[in-house]
Parts: sequence; structure tokens; C-alpha cells
Amino acid sequence: MKGLITGNAFVYGANVDTDQIYPGGYLDLTDPDKVAQHAMERVDPEFVKEVKAGDIIVAAANFGCGSSREHAAVALKASGIAAVLAESFARIFYRNAINLGLPLLVCPGIAKRVKKGDLLSVDFSEGKVTNQTTGTVAVAQPLSEYVIAILENGGIKPMIKKQHGLHCPR
Amino acid sequence: MHAVEKIIARAAGKNELRTGEIINCKVDLAGINDLYLQTLRSFYEMGGKKVHDPQKVVMFLDHYAPASTIMQADNQKQFREFCRAQGIELLMDINEGVCHQILADKGLVCPGMLVVVTDSHTTTHGAFGAFSTGVGATDLAIVLMTGQLWFRVPEVIRIHLEGRLGQGVYAKDVILKVIGALGADYGVYRAVEFTGPLLARLSVSERMVLCNMTTEMGAKTAYIQPDEVTLDFLQGKARQKYAVVATDPGYLYAQEHTFDITSLNPQVAAPHSVDNVHDIAEYLGKPVHQAFLGTCTGGRVDDLAVAARILKGRHVSSRTRFVVVPASKGVLLEAMARGYIQTLVEAGATLVTPSCAACLGTHQGILAPGETCITASSRNFPGRMGHASAEIFVASPASVAAAAMEGIIADPAKYL
Ligand code: SF4
Repeated sequence: MKGLITGNAFVYGANVDTDQIYPGGYLDLTDPDKVAQHAMERVDPEFVKEVKAGDIIVAAANFGCGSSREHAAVALKASGIAAVLAESFARIFYRNAINLGLPLLVCPGIAKRVKKGDLLSVDFSEGKVTNQTTGTVAVAQPLSEYVIAILENGGIKPMIKKQHGLHCPR
Repeated sequence: MHAVEKIIARAAGKNELRTGEIINCKVDLAGINDLYLQTLRSFYEMGGKKVHDPQKVVMFLDHYAPASTIMQADNQKQFREFCRAQGIELLMDINEGVCHQILADKGLVCPGMLVVVTDSHTTTHGAFGAFSTGVGATDLAIVLMTGQLWFRVPEVIRIHLEGRLGQGVYAKDVILKVIGALGADYGVYRAVEFTGPLLARLSVSERMVLCNMTTEMGAKTAYIQPDEVTLDFLQGKARQKYAVVATDPGYLYAQEHTFDITSLNPQVAAPHSVDNVHDIAEYLGKPVHQAFLGTCTGGRVDDLAVAARILKGRHVSSRTRFVVVPASKGVLLEAMARGYIQTLVEAGATLVTPSCAACLGTHQGILAPGETCITASSRNFPGRMGHASAEIFVASPASVAAAAMEGIIADPAKYL
């Protein structure tokens, strides 16, 4: 995947679970704009007021653990989050986000190098994350070819629509 | 090859595969629950018209059973209509119970199957020697459309369990101990197999607890090699023919851990993470406002049986409330026949119909600010069962019942 994004960081700790990203009480909602109104509600009640399109979430290990609710990924994407960078991700959240076309990068040590509000730029072709505020650089693990294909199609839904089905990755 | 790899390879139509490889697999059974209306939305958004194979789809109306808001009711209505329109006969409506227990009760999961459900605790079915894992709504919609889904071939970790369960100690205590020792993200993207002499002494119900809770260490799937206990359970119940696969001798695990549980005491996961595990002794005497017995983790017949044994002829403390939710209709019927429900209700329990109930904090027993709950369910994240300031202790059904009786966290061993 190519492209460069630049945005301000929100920084969170380890084991941020999907109940905190999107509380169970609102699971009956499906409209993404309504879902976005509860994004990060249990971790950071100010998030919804502060988030701007293009912002980036940075977290420590196991981001998105817990329930399989796709609402968690929908909430972040519909809030305008352009990418999530974490030390590791829980697998169902990872799949959900990639399927929706929300890029996630596994980025060892990232949570310690970024403070809230720092300006980050992410170069997807090189997997390089530059903290413009502090001048430090971190390197993300490369995305698999299949994940890149999904992201380049803007998510798995447009991809499947285009291909009329699920095609075996190489 | 590992048995799990063989299952994936068979589903992908391959003879060999590499760890880390991404492949498309045919799905043998796909389950949707009522939190995921997005599944139907995604299906139509991708241009879906007819479900690929309606016989392989199960719809569960369990998380909101019975509906408590108009929106929940409307979502369930749309699921029912979808099932009717698509010829999905396996509609498990609000009378049936929690998805994972229904799958077990009805013999819908057999060894060697590849199963996905829109629920993270789908790892439960490793207890039957299946490859089963949780997926999101859009992934499930892809299965509805194509009958397939992409998977990354996982590394396999082995957890070898030795020794015997002591008085008042159950599979739930064992798995809490393991999660506490290894951490909430230890199993991420990996398969966890349980082996060892302890397994032969565990019922299917106890094995389901082990596999169910591997989700709380991030595991993609769990696995227990089917044996006589498994085959006895499936006898007369299995809905289809199956072939048991086995791991090749000399298979090299990515990691191996041995736990001797002979001297294990009852455990609790203290607020607010499932890997914050301690001996129950550290919390004895802590007042609890609610004790919760139920869910796909702790609402089976064995669980109601131990609670009934503890509360027989005794009474729930006036300082607490005891919410009991059988995991399924099958569990409720058997527990009634055995007199457990009578005992528990007489002792002061509040009975809720089979469903997820308060487990995910939406209805039927949610917690007020500052309250403490001890639960036989799986999770204690902030706000999981109600207000974010409520404290949740995850423990075995026996420990929950002992706390219900005393109104404080208590060691169940003395009542057994
Ligand atoms: S009982 Fe709880 S853990 Fe199990 S499926 Fe329902 S909400 Fe999830």
C-alpha cells in the first residue's frame, strides 16, 4: 500500500478492549455516524469531542481485545481515524478493521515514543512512522500482501463486489 | 502436521500448508448472533442475493433474548425475516439460549469441522476437536456469500495439565491460573491445545470452559484431542458423520507450558482485567452486591448442580442478590428435572430465562455505580456488566454460589 498520511495522535495503554472502545449498551445501533458518537467512550470520554478527521490512534499491546463487535472498528473509522498504530492487536479487531479499510500497523515500542497531540506521519510504502513533533522514527511490521490488497480496494466489501467473490490470495 | 492444521488444510483443499500462510477455507458451519445486524447489511452491500448454503448457517437470537428495547426487537425481526427469505432453518429464537451452548446441546459441532460464529468465545468448540473461531460481521457476510473465508495458519501452543483438581477447584480455576500466568495477549493469533492427564478427568462441560476462556488470552482457536469422553457426548447427538484427525507424532509446538494443578486453590480474576488473577484467599470477606451464575462460560448443568449443592437447605445472603441464568433451554430442562432450579429459587436466586443476560451489560441484572459482582462469566473489563465503576470478580460457579450464600467472597471448599 502506498501513500502518506499525517495526523495528530491519541495515545492509549495496553489491553484496550472493545467494550471500552464501544460499550455493549449501544450494540443495537448500525448507522456509522450514530455508532461514532460512542467511540472510545469507556477509555476516553473526551475523544468524541476532540477527534478530527485524519487523526491517528497509538496504543500499547493487544488493542481491541475482547468481544468480536465490528462496531469498535466502525466507530473509529466513522470518527475519522486514519490509522491505528499499536504494539499488537487482538485478531478479530484486526480483521474487522482491515475488512473496513481502516489501516492498522503493528509498531513495536510505539506507545512509549508518542505523546497525545504529537504530529505523526505514516509512510505506508516504507512502513515508517515519523513523529514530527519529536523527530523520532519508528518502523512498523510490513503488512501481508492480502491485507494490502484489501486496503488498496478500500476494504473487503468493495473488493468482493469488484471480484464477484472471494479469491485465493497468492 | 498438527490436527488443527489438518482441519484447515482439508477445508482449503490442500495437503500441506505453512504457518503464517493466508488461505481460503470452506466453512462447515457459520453462526450469526443478534448483535450483528451489520452482517446482513454487509451481505447486501457486497451485492449478496442468495446465501451460499443456508444449511450451514445458524442464526442465534441470544444476546438480546427477549428484546428489551424497540431497536433490539426490530433487529431480531429483521433476522427472522432474513432466515425465512433465505431458507435458513437453523433459527435459534429467544427461547433457545446462548449460541455456544446450543451448538453443543444440539450436536451441531463435530470433530474436524471448521466453524465460525460472530462471537469471540467461539473457541469453545475446540472441546469437540473442531477448528472454531470468532469473526466480525463483515467476515461472516463473506461466508454467507461465498461459503468461504480467509485464514492465517496459526502457530500452535501446547498447555499440558498435570495433577488432580482439589476440593472446590474446577476447570475455571485452572484456566484462570493459566491466563494469569501467561497474560491476556499471550495467545494472540495462535492456537492453544490442552493436553495432559488432567483432561481425561474433565467432563465435556469442564473442557468447554477451558477452551471458551482461551479467548481471554487472545487465542484464535483452542483444541482438545477428541477421546472417549468426547465421543460418548456426541453419541446419538452428532448431526453429521465426522472423522477424528490427530496430530502427527513428533509435531513441534511453537511453545509448551506445563501446569501441575494438584495444589491449586480457587482463583479469581480481580478488576479490571482477566489476567489479574489471584488466589481467592486474597479477597475473602469482600462484600458482593451481586453473584452471577450463567453464560457460555459458567451456565451449564454441572455449574447449576454445584450451586444447588452449595445452597441446598441454605439461603442467599440478605446482603446480596443471586442472578441465575441457565445457558440454554436444554440446560434449563435438565436442571429442572434434577431439581436444581427448585433448590436455587427456594434459596433465593433470581431466575432469568436462557440468554446472555447481564454478561454483556445490556439487560437483566446490570450493575449500579460502585457495586461489586462475582461472576461465573468470562470478562471483567470496566463497564462490562453495567456501570464502569462497578467491580467484577471472575470466578468458578462454586465460588459464585458460596459468595451468594455468604454475601462476601468465600472459599467454596467448605461446602463441598
Ligand atoms: S454469554 Fe457472555 S460471553 Fe457468552 S456469548 Fe453471551 S455475551 Fe458472549
